[in-house]
Amino acid sequence: MVVFDKPHALNDIPMHYCPGCTHGIIHRLVAECLDELGIEGQTIGIAPVGCSVLAYNYFNCDMIEAAHGRAPAIATGVTRADPENHIVFTYQGDGDLASIGMAETVHAAARNENITVIFVNNAIYGMTGGQMAPTSLPGQVTQTSPYGRDTNHCGFPIKVCEMLSELDGPEYLERVAVNNVKNVKNAKKAIKKAFENQINKKGFSLVEVISSCPTNWGMTPQKALEWVADKMIPYYPLGVYKDRSAGIVKGEVKND
Amino acid sequence: MAKLTFKTDNCKGCGLCVDACPKKVLALAKEKINKKGHHPVEAVNEDACIGCAFCATMCPDCIIKIEK
Repeated sequence: MVVFDKPHALNDIPMHYCPGCTHGIIHRLVAECLDELGIEGQTIGIAPVGCSVLAYNYFNCDMIEAAHGRAPAIATGVTRADPENHIVFTYQGDGDLASIGMAETVHAAARNENITVIFVNNAIYGMTGGQMAPTSLPGQVTQTSPYGRDTNHCGFPIKVCEMLSELDGPEYLERVAVNNVKNVKNAKKAIKKAFENQINKKGFSLVEVISSCPTNWGMTPQKALEWVADKMIPYYPLGVYKDRSAGIVKGEVKND
Repeated sequence: MAKLTFKTDNCKGCGLCVDACPKKVLALAKEKINKKGHHPVEAVNEDACIGCAFCATMCPDCIIKIEK
């Protein structure tokens, strides 16, 4: 009996991600959800710009590559062109979704478009070499903040789930992490629920996944996951920020 | 006892699976180098494997197959 194997919706090719990068885990969770829900053949994924720009090589479903930050806009077009037959998800990093793509994200949420957004938050720009991102923590050392992020002139990190939970539009917002086995399993439940919401035509679902970037944080993969637990999760608390069907609205956070 | 199969050439030697294993079944092979130039993971104590799949859950590169 096979206990665990690579999901069918993930192509059998080596990924280009750095050793210990949790993008691979999140790719696998999305692919497992596509497999379990049996929607691989009708799914269209939207790849972002950033480290996961090559996501279209890794998923077995149809993929479209979006301009930087514009994945929710393209997903809107796809879902409106054929709302009955297609499942649409976007896979975006924090530099893509929370910086240049903020307008598209907020308006897609406000319109309650029937799409699923997987938002990978690792608090840094990975592909371009470790610059400060909108989600970098106060005091975090990056290439462009060598003395740590100074909130006096760089401002404060953007908490996407909290911000979107103030809107009336979105159906489902949850923040999860992939730093240990328990959190990975919770992350999969959240991603599956987001896809189920879309199948049931409930509207906009966003799952924020707290991820790591060992290379640009300058840590080993193990230390990076510890840093996620010690620094990132206290600043970005995990939990359900909005689930309209379950009656969780506006800023009430329900932790598992 | 579970049977572990690794796609050794795709392993990047990050060691997240080694830390996740509750039974200390896995270790990085310090004397081997794979095609990518990393020390790949190997099962040093496969008899102790309980098939919990924690290693595969944490593997970013999906190289572990587990059969019971």
